[in-house]
Amino acid sequence: MRRLLPVLIVLLAAARPAAALDRAAVDRLAFGESDEKIAAIGALVAEGDPRAAALLQALGAGELETAGKRVLLVRGDEAVDAVTGEKVSPLPAAREDVIANNRVRAAIATAVAALRLVSPDRATRLAAARELAGGADPAVLSLVRKALEKEADPVIRPLLEQIAASIELKSGAKETRLVAIRTLAQSDNPATRAMLLTLTARNKDGSFVEPDADLRLEAERSLRAVEDRLAWGEWLGLAFAGVSLGSILLLAALGLAITYGLMGVINMAHGELIMVGAYTTYVVQNLFRAHAPGAFDWYLAAAVPAAFIVSALVGMALERGVIRWLYGRPLETLLATWGISLILMQAVRTIFGAQNVQVENPAFMSGGIQALANVVLPWNRIVIIFFAAAVLAAMWLTLTRTRLGLFVRGVTQNRAMAACVGVPTTRVDMLAFGLGSGIAGLAGCALSQIGNVGPDLGQGYIVDSFMVVVFGGVGQLAGTVYAALVLGFANKLLESWSGAVIAKIAVLVFIIVFIQRRPQGLFALRGRAVEA
Amino acid sequence: MAPVATTLARLYGPKGWLALGAAAAMLFVVFPVLSLAVPQSSAFHLSQYWVTLAGKIMCYAIVALAMDLVWGYTGILSLGHGLFFALGGYAMGMYLMRQIGREGQYQADLPDFMVFLDWKELPWQWWNSDQFWWCALLAVAVPGLLAFVFGYLAFRSRVKGVYFSIITQALTFAAMLLFFRNATGFGGNNGFTDFKRILGFAIATPETRMVLFATTGAALIATLLVGRFLVTSRLGRVLTAIRDAEARVAFCGYNTLHYKLFVWTLSAVLCGIAGALYVPQVGIINPSEMSPANSIEIAIWVAVGGRGTLVGPILGAGLVNGGKSFFTQAFPEYWLYVLGLLFILVTLFLPRGVVGLLTRRRGAG
Repeated sequence: MRRLLPVLIVLLAAARPAAALDRAAVDRLAFGESDEKIAAIGALVAEGDPRAAALLQALGAGELETAGKRVLLVRGDEAVDAVTGEKVSPLPAAREDVIANNRVRAAIATAVAALRLVSPDRATRLAAARELAGGADPAVLSLVRKALEKEADPVIRPLLEQIAASIELKSGAKETRLVAIRTLAQSDNPATRAMLLTLTARNKDGSFVEPDADLRLEAERSLRAVEDRLAWGEWLGLAFAGVSLGSILLLAALGLAITYGLMGVINMAHGELIMVGAYTTYVVQNLFRAHAPGAFDWYLAAAVPAAFIVSALVGMALERGVIRWLYGRPLETLLATWGISLILMQAVRTIFGAQNVQVENPAFMSGGIQALANVVLPWNRIVIIFFAAAVLAAMWLTLTRTRLGLFVRGVTQNRAMAACVGVPTTRVDMLAFGLGSGIAGLAGCALSQIGNVGPDLGQGYIVDSFMVVVFGGVGQLAGTVYAALVLGFANKLLESWSGAVIAKIAVLVFIIVFIQRRPQGLFALRGRAVEA
Repeated sequence: MAPVATTLARLYGPKGWLALGAAAAMLFVVFPVLSLAVPQSSAFHLSQYWVTLAGKIMCYAIVALAMDLVWGYTGILSLGHGLFFALGGYAMGMYLMRQIGREGQYQADLPDFMVFLDWKELPWQWWNSDQFWWCALLAVAVPGLLAFVFGYLAFRSRVKGVYFSIITQALTFAAMLLFFRNATGFGGNNGFTDFKRILGFAIATPETRMVLFATTGAALIATLLVGRFLVTSRLGRVLTAIRDAEARVAFCGYNTLHYKLFVWTLSAVLCGIAGALYVPQVGIINPSEMSPANSIEIAIWVAVGGRGTLVGPILGAGLVNGGKSFFTQAFPEYWLYVLGLLFILVTLFLPRGVVGLLTRRRGAG
């Protein structure tokens, strides 16, 4: 609403030369009881005067005051007469606030939305139409009809028709209601479904709420059409949620696919490397806010490489300091890296505090695309899907097209032979571990955009990311990708049936059973080794 | 008499039995006297805090012993032993909840949390839970059965090493999520607490506490002897052989599945017993006991004390948990640093734990 205020003020200025508002209605709005106020709101709306919107908005904001018989719009030290729009100065000393209770406020909200239906700005009209499509007050019907006369936009027009229909549905004449029900069949709004459901419902004694059988029949037909359309939206939403979760799992697991999948290091501190990336993003964000507020929207451009580098450095330090002494002893590696994860977590608590920190989305990542009436695709999730794809592509190129990638693959396949032909295996180990850790940092940077950033961030992903790598098959990049997507989809699909916790448990149990059936994962490397 | 005597001689030499006897005397005579007979004003009086702490650590020591049997002797690192411990605890907790009777906040026959959730009758999981013998049986049978089924499936498909560790971690994680739900019927994230009685005796009196303490001590000594009996037997040697070269043991004609499954299930049962003893002393059980972090901590008790020895885990459980109690009171923010460093330093520099350090000293001196 606040964003609309400037628009309304402009409208107000433009409309000033026009005829004054209906004085009687304004007076009833200012001096009447709640019922009179609501009636007055209806009367003001029916005229479709944009200045009425400013007036109602002012009433909602507590800026409408009375001085004797006059009704004033007071903002700061300035006041204008609500009826004529003339400036009033000096400000009268004896003024009283016009008070709006909740019922009046609700009426104001729909009225303001309805008035926006006749705005010259298309986006404003569309937003208003969407807002009213959920259910509108009968008072706005005449205004909606007026808006329909002028409206030519192919998106807004059907919405307006549905709004009009949803109001007419409650009116008396059978013919009007039949037409209204037919119109509502075109709706893709969940509120319409609820509205039609009440028409087909039965009372407690088994009789129908709606006595007219024709109306019921028509309502059922429309209901089916609406439900089909809504089902599409639900599936689309589900598919998107699945891909989104899959991309997050993939990001969290990609780094592990290198350190565990290729190098065979059980890194229980992987989640904490993700956390380090997220906190790096937080620090970069704060630096931008403090030193370059103008470029705040671009802080991610600096945060992405920073998260990579910081996590990679931490990872390389771990490899040099601890992990390299434990190659070939996976269980010991597991315990030592767990210790590292505890220390990293506590270090973050010491530095940044135990509470979650705030990481803000840049402006272009907030909001979303309204795909259907019941589906919004948030921008931050869309960006992360593409980010995950980009990280995957970069990682694949690094492993297959660069000298480092060649060395990494060589060392993991046959360390002794690689060393014999002159590959500096210890350096390759360090760099490969750094690469995996850096990718974990990238995951943290992405996660900071959609969830809480706190010291426990990594703990939530460690089990998940191991599951993805193990499920996909150790040492298989493609397997990791498929596993992440499959698990993401499965999780969201089950979630829609059984709730989040049961879904999570079901997926874990499924993986436990799956690994018992196929210990090598989805995509097994063929080999003859007895002890792989 | 002769077979018994040889068995006893096999378990420990005279010095060992003497040490064990001293420990038993300490647990069953010195502690009770200091706690109950010595007046509170005396400097030698043992307060409730220490009795509870010592009892708690002995429960952990049983878990550590159980862990050592599978990890130290058989080479299977479980990251899910906290689950078996918690299941035992929950079974005992159910009985203790029923013992509250109508003394809860709502003065109802049902446990408070069920009244709060507006349940009218006990769910099926609570069948017969007012009987002590039934809950004691559950405390052993549920972890045992779960471990048996899980172990059978895992060992049969030759899931081993790190894979096994990770799926046990997933198992306890899944169970934790399950127990966090109110609908599971075990009190959701609050779990069970506010116990009043056990077997009709008020649970908070020093006498009941001391009985629980002594029972835990007896269970610990029994676990130690069972473990000793096991590892000195032929079966114990096969287990150690599986740890060192499983494929070779299999090629020699042993069915490693049976051996692993036996020790794995036994270990889970021991954990269940420890959990059942733990809950009445500590007075609370909730799903966070099943968190992966708790289970992995068990491994560090064993590693600190010394894998592949039986004294080691007891020592390790005592040292780490004693240290934890000290640090979380004196320097709460440093405990995780200490624990983390323990994980790293022990794996890097003390692969045989404290016991290894001591024996090396003795060997050198």
